[in-house]
Amino acid sequence: MKRKYTQLISAVLYNCHITGFVNGKIYKGGSKGICVPGLNCYSCPGAVGACPLGSLQSSLIGSAYRIPLYILGTLLLFGILFGRLICGFLCPFGLIQELLYMIPVPKIRKNGVTKALSYIKYVILIVFVIAIPLVRLVPGFCKYICPAGTLEAGIPLVLADEHLKSQIGWLFSWKVFVLAACLLLFPVCYRAFCRFLCPLGAIYSLFNPVSFFGIAVDRSRCTGCNACIAVCKMDTRRVGDHECIHCGECIRSCPEGAIRYRSLKDTTYFKITKE
Amino acid sequence: MKDKSPKRMISVIILVAAAAMMIAGIADGGARDVLSKAVMICMECIGIG
Repeated sequence: MKRKYTQLISAVLYNCHITGFVNGKIYKGGSKGICVPGLNCYSCPGAVGACPLGSLQSSLIGSAYRIPLYILGTLLLFGILFGRLICGFLCPFGLIQELLYMIPVPKIRKNGVTKALSYIKYVILIVFVIAIPLVRLVPGFCKYICPAGTLEAGIPLVLADEHLKSQIGWLFSWKVFVLAACLLLFPVCYRAFCRFLCPLGAIYSLFNPVSFFGIAVDRSRCTGCNACIAVCKMDTRRVGDHECIHCGECIRSCPEGAIRYRSLKDTTYFKITKE
Repeated sequence: MKDKSPKRMISVIILVAAAAMMIAGIADGGARDVLSKAVMICMECIGIG
């Protein structure tokens, strides 16, 4: 429950420009030069910070003559500090998915297929976030895929602005279709976007093994029962691997009390090894 | 408990590199570029452009 409060507070803080939702105008203050850690469209009327993924793509579009050090450094900083703990605690779109998953309908449990599908997000990262902006000079993920942008920005702005509404075309229809498909999937498949599509999660996953904060396993207590993996709804193979969002569900399931959150004071790293 | 100090060293190196890149990026105008993009409606993001 504490994690839900953290998620909710971060979602509210990221989008606290309430008047934007009323008048359909986006925030133009100086804080928009700072990226929030989670996926949150900067064209959302309430957004007071920049989207790290949108900023990365726009920086790559204009990067013909220089490396986008600021945004790359920002992503590196978020990643090395928190890894995918950001996904578990600080992402509004992750919160939306978890809330929809609470709807009591049959669920698709993780299996070999979902594990394989979890690698699609790395392809999306390479193709839509990196290659398309560099080659086609458009933010590929934002333009063709991002359901968060459609939900948080596209629909509210189009509803509030007649001029924007008059410009709707096939692209808007496509993005609404993508959003609708996601929203239908979220009640039956836990965090489907995070697991299969999110390129920001793909970036942060690279830092999971070395991030300062996250889940740790005390190997001296671990018996290898894998109760942690059984209870985990993400496609993890071990606690704290690249699919782990550090939600802490495994902590409660461990019969030996071997799992905890590590902190800056914790200089030890552990992992479960199959005996 | 096993102390895997190389991992911690890697973490610190990446942290220092991240800070250095951010500072260099700010000096280079990177934050200004992010701001200039973020204060305009992203037409691609909302499905118009």
